[in-house]
Amino acid sequence: MRSIELSAITAVIGAVVGAVLAWAVVGGRPDGFLRRTVTAAAGVLAQFGGVTLAFAFLATVGAEGLVTVALQDHLGVDLSGTWVFELTGLALVYSYFQIPLMVLVFLPALDGLRPQWSEAARSLGGSPWTYLRLVAGPLLAPAFLGSMLLLFANAFSAYATAAALVSQGASIVPLQIRALQTGEVVLGQQNVGKALGLGMVVVVAVVLALYALLQRRTSRWLR
Amino acid sequence: MKWARRAVLAVLGLYFLLPLVAMLDFSTRGRGGVRDLSAWRAIGQDSELLHAILVSVELAVLTAVLMLVLLVPTMTWVHLRLPRMKRLIEALCLLPLVIPAIVLVVGIASLYSWVTYFLGDSPLTLTFVYVVLVLPYAYRAIESGLTAVDVRTLSEAARSLGASWPTVMLRVVLPNVRAAVLSAGLLAVALVLGEYTIASLLNFTTLQVDVALLGKRNAEISIAVSLAALVFAFALLLGISLVAGRRRSARAVEPLAPSAAQPLASSGAPA
Amino acid sequence: MSERDGVAVDLTGLHRSYGGVPALDGLDLHVQAGEFVSLLGPSGCGKTTALRILAGLETADEGQVRVGGKDLTQVPANRRDMGMVFQAYSLFPHLTALDNVAFGLRLRKVSTSDRRRQAGEVLELVGLGSQAGKYPHQMSGGQQQRVALARALAIRPQVLLLDEPLSALDAKVRVQLREEIRRLQTELGITTLFVTHDQEEALAISDRVGVMSQGRLEQLDSPATVYQRPATPFVAEFVGVTNSFSGTVDGAGVLLPGGVRLPAAVVQGLPDRSPVRVLVRPDALHLRAGDGVLRGSVVTHSFLGPVTRLSVKLAEADLPVRVDLPSERAHEFPVASQVGLDVEPTAALLARS
Repeated sequence: MRSIELSAITAVIGAVVGAVLAWAVVGGRPDGFLRRTVTAAAGVLAQFGGVTLAFAFLATVGAEGLVTVALQDHLGVDLSGTWVFELTGLALVYSYFQIPLMVLVFLPALDGLRPQWSEAARSLGGSPWTYLRLVAGPLLAPAFLGSMLLLFANAFSAYATAAALVSQGASIVPLQIRALQTGEVVLGQQNVGKALGLGMVVVVAVVLALYALLQRRTSRWLR
Repeated sequence: MKWARRAVLAVLGLYFLLPLVAMLDFSTRGRGGVRDLSAWRAIGQDSELLHAILVSVELAVLTAVLMLVLLVPTMTWVHLRLPRMKRLIEALCLLPLVIPAIVLVVGIASLYSWVTYFLGDSPLTLTFVYVVLVLPYAYRAIESGLTAVDVRTLSEAARSLGASWPTVMLRVVLPNVRAAVLSAGLLAVALVLGEYTIASLLNFTTLQVDVALLGKRNAEISIAVSLAALVFAFALLLGISLVAGRRRSARAVEPLAPSAAQPLASSGAPA
Repeated sequence: MSERDGVAVDLTGLHRSYGGVPALDGLDLHVQAGEFVSLLGPSGCGKTTALRILAGLETADEGQVRVGGKDLTQVPANRRDMGMVFQAYSLFPHLTALDNVAFGLRLRKVSTSDRRRQAGEVLELVGLGSQAGKYPHQMSGGQQQRVALARALAIRPQVLLLDEPLSALDAKVRVQLREEIRRLQTELGITTLFVTHDQEEALAISDRVGVMSQGRLEQLDSPATVYQRPATPFVAEFVGVTNSFSGTVDGAGVLLPGGVRLPAAVVQGLPDRSPVRVLVRPDALHLRAGDGVLRGSVVTHSFLGPVTRLSVKLAEADLPVRVDLPSERAHEFPVASQVGLDVEPTAALLARS
């Protein structure tokens, strides 16, 4: 069940932080420098999971990482230990690609907010907070939830794969295609069994159905 | 509100930049506290690594091209003629995000035997898998490009002037969605350069796979390469988005009454 | 809804530039309490900018905004107590018509039952009581704009602002709705500022029309005055249809190329033989079979209902001249027939050179 827990947590963190970042970026012009930079960065960081991510965090908070050493030298705080593999650590690491993914997926929804709506709300006497609470919030809710679902599914599937691989032992044994196809390597089937056994199919189906439902609202209001 | 926005950007900027700076620091550590570029220089000397980089670059280009050739005409067609299919296509394009890599690999294993039968054992066969993987991102980028420009009116005008469908695609639609198409292509490049799981499962030596192997032996070089790939992909995406965006998408017709009515901005990926 | 005494609106010395380009170049506008004033002009003349500055959605670089004697220049938009109707897309898509209209009341902490009742009343006022439960995407453009109007009126604003509210609607709906807006405004007595580029609209429903060009007010007068006695050449050409004649000054007339002299009292006093251009409206030209001051042949007929507009090709003008006459007489001058045109000396207006 750790996979669901972790996926849910990183989905929420990624969704909230990503939404805030997307909001911070969308204020400017669509071809402003800030927006392009953040979108380019999001496009890249969302893809470079796995190996690069592991190394990045090794370099930051690993045994000889920048932050580890800095904290040790200046504040006497000892970061070593297995905290990276505990929930907090993993959540921090996963967020590194969940947040960019959220930005990529949620920005179009933010663009769909027409300026007339915020202006109308203002002229009717609303403050930025009431606009958020009564107009932008409800309008963005389906898109937000839908994006969060995607983040959940993404984390879940990434975790499933990782778990399946790690279960083989410390090192990853490459699987030959032929072996997979003929079922010679029992390990191959075991992996699949593990991945599928996590209720993957059910989760996928549910996620996609919910997402489709939410998309209908979004596309009606924000197109 | 401005300060809130700046605070958010500052904090998150720090969060995202810190590991990158750490990687730079780690890979340039010399003896006695002196900065040392030996790890970086070593990249040029490791022939296996260079070969893997080449493979990845080739894969990236192939994936981008194949994806565009498949997706752009299809999406344009659906956009113009079969709008009801849009929901279905969108759902299909989301599947790769949601399915674990390992299920994907086993699922296509039998298919792959056909592929290797015809095309041999080259890692370039990964192209087909990668095209599938990039669908969610490419779809959104191209879709936003298609909706930002009124593709329907343009194509109808072209058709009424006597253009065939290929002409419409090549000379009318494509130039106007150029930015979106470019960003979709670049997302494909980023994906390929960053992908590890499937390549390693299928026992192909791409950039990321080699870096992982290298990591067991020499942390500094592998971190240097990882950082280089990351920065390179980012520079590519940003660079092209800045250049492409210089020519703004055609909005030649002024709205009749230029008041609060605002056109929908294109977004989602650098456009 | 009870009537309210409207408040007066004063815009003084408004200046606003965007990146060096002036949108407003010293605008002074006084609207009396309960008055309906239209701001009319081509795209980019600054009329929308002026409206938005009054609404508080934009700030002027210089100048003052006073409403009911109070200085609102620094007051933020959400505290100005004005009702605004936008051109399109301004209804909140996730709320029903009733909830949209009740939105402003909700912000003012009116109780749920009270605000629903009041919103219902205003919806009745615009003729959409039966549509209260519908969502914007279920309504036509005209209906949406009515709801937008109701929403603006529900908060009993001091001033009603309309930013080209009819531009996105069908012609028939446009006419219907503008009359309704006028009727409601008169009943409720709310001071109203209406921005449009459609001169027919502005002339039809306003107490006064303000014609704007390049950030400045060219003329502010009753519709009839603006049409019949345009203060500047721009107004003369922008409002209504005109025929243009270029030539040189010859006493109290214009000497056209070809030797014909067009009587025009307005050029008296200008130096003889100096180049000049005058405008004559289609209804000021009198058509005759046979001779006249100007001569030509009929090219086309445009049936406009009660009036038919003939296009006549003259020797003495750059473009074909447009002449109006009652439709019953149009058959007297078929296409290709030779005709003569006479003009009242006082009918000509001075154009920009």
